[in-house]
Amino acid sequence: MIIPTAPVRARTDLIMRGLCWAAMALALVPLISLLYLVVSKGLHRFDLDFFMHVPRPVGIPGGGMANALVGTLVLVLIASLFGMPIGVAAGLYLAEFGGGRFASAVRFWADVLTGVPSIVTGIFAYDILVKPMHSFSALAGGFALGTMMIPIIARITEEVVRLVPVSLREAALALGIPKWKSIIHVVLRTAMSGVATGLFLGATRVASETAPLLFTSFNNQYWNTSLGQPTASMTVQIFTYAISPYEEWRDMAWTGALVLLIIVLLASLASRLTLSKNRGANL
Amino acid sequence: MTGSAPVNSAKNDTIGAIKAGPGGFAPGLGAVRNPGDKIFRAILAAAAASIPLLAFAILAMLFVSSLPVLNQTGIYFFVRKEWDPVAQQFGALAFAYGTLMTSLIALLVAAPAGVGIALAITEFSPLKAREWAAWIVETLAAVPSVIFGLWGLFVLAPFLHQYVDPLLMRVPGKPFFAGPDTGLSLFTAGMVVAIMILPTVMAVCREVFNAVPNSLRESALALGSTRWEAVRLAVLAPSMPGIIGAVILAMGRALGETMAVTMVIGNAPQIVSNLLGPADSLASAIANQFTEATSDMHLSALTALGFLLFGITMVLNIVARLLVWAVARRMQHVAVK
Repeated sequence: MIIPTAPVRARTDLIMRGLCWAAMALALVPLISLLYLVVSKGLHRFDLDFFMHVPRPVGIPGGGMANALVGTLVLVLIASLFGMPIGVAAGLYLAEFGGGRFASAVRFWADVLTGVPSIVTGIFAYDILVKPMHSFSALAGGFALGTMMIPIIARITEEVVRLVPVSLREAALALGIPKWKSIIHVVLRTAMSGVATGLFLGATRVASETAPLLFTSFNNQYWNTSLGQPTASMTVQIFTYAISPYEEWRDMAWTGALVLLIIVLLASLASRLTLSKNRGANL
Repeated sequence: MTGSAPVNSAKNDTIGAIKAGPGGFAPGLGAVRNPGDKIFRAILAAAAASIPLLAFAILAMLFVSSLPVLNQTGIYFFVRKEWDPVAQQFGALAFAYGTLMTSLIALLVAAPAGVGIALAITEFSPLKAREWAAWIVETLAAVPSVIFGLWGLFVLAPFLHQYVDPLLMRVPGKPFFAGPDTGLSLFTAGMVVAIMILPTVMAVCREVFNAVPNSLRESALALGSTRWEAVRLAVLAPSMPGIIGAVILAMGRALGETMAVTMVIGNAPQIVSNLLGPADSLASAIANQFTEATSDMHLSALTALGFLLFGITMVLNIVARLLVWAVARRMQHVAVK
């Protein structure tokens, strides 16, 4: 005999499941609205001028964000130059020698550092580089971003390197290869696409940062000729244009947002695909 | 599961599906020493050591830079309301209030919604859709905060101002919605931040729920419970510390959120109960005033705000991590037994 579920319980079940789905639907509304508006408003100025020219004063048509695009690239390059090697090395340490108390402490502080508000990193870079150099500079901005990169990349590297099967390491050791060589040539090589994805992810993460750049790389309406100079970046330029009172500058802010969003979403999608492919291959 | 992790991994692994535990090589491997090993390990260890060093350096640097203002006003800096750069009077309370209120509003909205979405994804949706649904919501997390700010400033703020705020002002819950309603306000900032921390709540909760072994769900269902009852008893109840951890983690993000808040909070350092009026937060004060600060004391005061922010988020992060870890460990016990 089948005893039917009491109506109250059945109703509660239905209501609670419905609420969960409703929350899901509700969360999609702002996402869709944001995507739709960034695309529709951004297309307004999505033209060749935008990618070819530096900003122009209000009233003169045809200004662009070319210098900010290059500026963001330069900042991320500076950040990558020291953030990536240190991050990968730290991640390798955690994956290969990470059993002890020291490694747990490193993991813990990496998590804390990832959670620190990015604007605080900006103050740190300001104190260390901008104050002594007496100038906002691309170097200071890059330093702030690189600092943020290290813990992010370290944790992703650790994760993907750990996926390398022990049997591979054993095979390398059985051939008489020293451990350090087997880590570089066998372990790291096997995990390379995963590590590369992590680097890529770290780079896009910091490229979308604004707060740490406000008073490190500052902003610049012209082409930058030296790393010791203030430098424009996509994010700071979007911010500057968004809070300006001019309609044409606000249009530019939306277009800047569109370009930035395309970069970030493509990166997110690409890394998702490689990471899941990687996991599948190793499992 | 009481032994150290590497021992476990060696014990549980079978040939062919061996995966590295923390420690990489199985214990005892690589026992033959090569001089290069020591050097290599030292280099990697130095890189790893840079992470805690960096954290201490940031903390120390911020502390040293905020010393001038702390010397001037003492520890009272953190509980004073005045903020007058011209008269050189500085206190952090108004900004701390703004930060706390926006985060609170954001959490009230995002915490239940995030848990609900995580449940919808891990418990109620078809297997194949789970990964992609999760990816879509987590994509929200990748959207740069300046774009959220832009959207908040030109889309959400006018929308709330026109449609939602008038309704709220009719709520008898005064004085929170007493008005005047300025559009750019604590409430608007809270709503933008809610949308921004939703992926954090959701992602961590999903991780926690996924750690619950299926045997628990199946036991509940076998006893005749409905889907929701099974979820409540077998998933939600044991995950509680993890959910709290997720919320605290999200709160850390909310407290530190800078750009979006700066663009929609209205930037007026004041303590008022009216949530529909402008305010200012720790992060937005730093973002707005740092480049315009004319005196060293002003700069030092702004740095001290950063120091306070760092301190709060650090403590929150520590608590959250401990909670999430505790849950993961407990689940391991259940799974083994």
